[in-house]
Amino acid sequence: MVTPNPDFARQIAEAGGEEVKMCFQCGTCTAGCPSGRQTSYRVRKLMRMAQLGLKDEIVNSEELWECSTCYTCVERCPRQVPIVDIVIALRNIAVSEGHMFDAHKKTAQNLAKFGHTVSVSDKVSALRKEMGLPEVPPTVLANAAAKADLDKILKATGFCKIVE
Amino acid sequence: MAKYAFFLGCIAPLRYPGIEKSTREVCKALDIELVDLKDASCCPAPGVIRAFNKKTWLAAAARNLALAEKAGLPIVTICNGCYGSLFDAAHELKENPALLKEVNGILAQVGMEYKGTTVVRHFAEVLYNEVGVDKIKAKITNPLSYKVAAFYGCHFLKPSGIKNVDDPENPHILDDLIEATGAKSMPRQNKTLCCGAGGGLKAAFGDVAKKFTQTNLENMKASGAQYIIDVCPFCHLQFDGVQKELGYSIPVLHLSQLMGLAMGMNAKDLALSAHVTPVTL
Repeated sequence: MVTPNPDFARQIAEAGGEEVKMCFQCGTCTAGCPSGRQTSYRVRKLMRMAQLGLKDEIVNSEELWECSTCYTCVERCPRQVPIVDIVIALRNIAVSEGHMFDAHKKTAQNLAKFGHTVSVSDKVSALRKEMGLPEVPPTVLANAAAKADLDKILKATGFCKIVE
Repeated sequence: MAKYAFFLGCIAPLRYPGIEKSTREVCKALDIELVDLKDASCCPAPGVIRAFNKKTWLAAAARNLALAEKAGLPIVTICNGCYGSLFDAAHELKENPALLKEVNGILAQVGMEYKGTTVVRHFAEVLYNEVGVDKIKAKITNPLSYKVAAFYGCHFLKPSGIKNVDDPENPHILDDLIEATGAKSMPRQNKTLCCGAGGGLKAAFGDVAKKFTQTNLENMKASGAQYIIDVCPFCHLQFDGVQKELGYSIPVLHLSQLMGLAMGMNAKDLALSAHVTPVTL
């Protein structure tokens, strides 16, 4: 027995996915989805579940995270539904309620730690120096004050809660 | 001389410095001045960070855009992910004044403001639209004879409604740039299929990502391609990193590395030793 959540539509709209209501379930998205070739992710089904307010089923599903954001569905949708924006909105809701894979948490932690999504490797630093590139790239990695600014932005937007 | 703020991103400087180096060299040869966008951070990544917290993504992207705005320069990226994030964020902030105001409330906490004027470009599209194939041909000193697979990736072209770079289903500009070096871009099935790495798939569902990659590799192999030419360090990382395990060995080069080779760059400066799938020239 599933219980629709009528408040979910408002939550999706606030997260930037209001246009999910435009979907008329033709299935062009699922037909062209490369992830659907390999997984049980069905774009049309996710859009319908969102319309119906099946929040618990969505935020607890692995399928929500099997979209590679390739935009094939968006390009082909006859209703111009911004499907990737809706997937992003649904993921934002899931994450805000504590649903997150450890591997993704690690990526988020990298951003908080380095200001970049990947760590700094000694091997690459040595290679950079050897090639005549600055050993430390001229990004937040090279300027503690700039990194502190980024940290403030991460904090002000609630990102730190995610990486804890 | 055209002048751009060079946005490095994460994977190129921290995993494949040859992509960064060759971009610098190729731009120099083509009279494009690159000014490092100092103090920039991750774009942040569109498929992961945006999926975790859109507000963080937009504010951190706006910080990068504001740095370029202050320098008075358009941004050039060498990565589809950076292009996707920065282009999309700049577009949203331009279209939605209320959102721009909200983001500026956050930037004000670090003494910054974004007015909404930064233009975001991709290296490959700048080469095609601003330099042009003919001028590139004139700079080739070491014409190449490789048969290659052109790999566009996703966020370079899509969503096409706001990007308008090329036909998202049947693009040609990367093929044209590749052929300017003398190399032959081999036609193949499903050339716009995603590499599989995006949207957090590589991190959380690596086996699913590999299936995307394997389908691409099989189509590339069937086309007779000897090299894979990409325009995105993240696609590059995916193709380079998983081939050994999947039983393929097609060397992977970023467009900047291919151009660098064709313009006579020293192979050492392409940092091919950082590649997992061996590159023999």
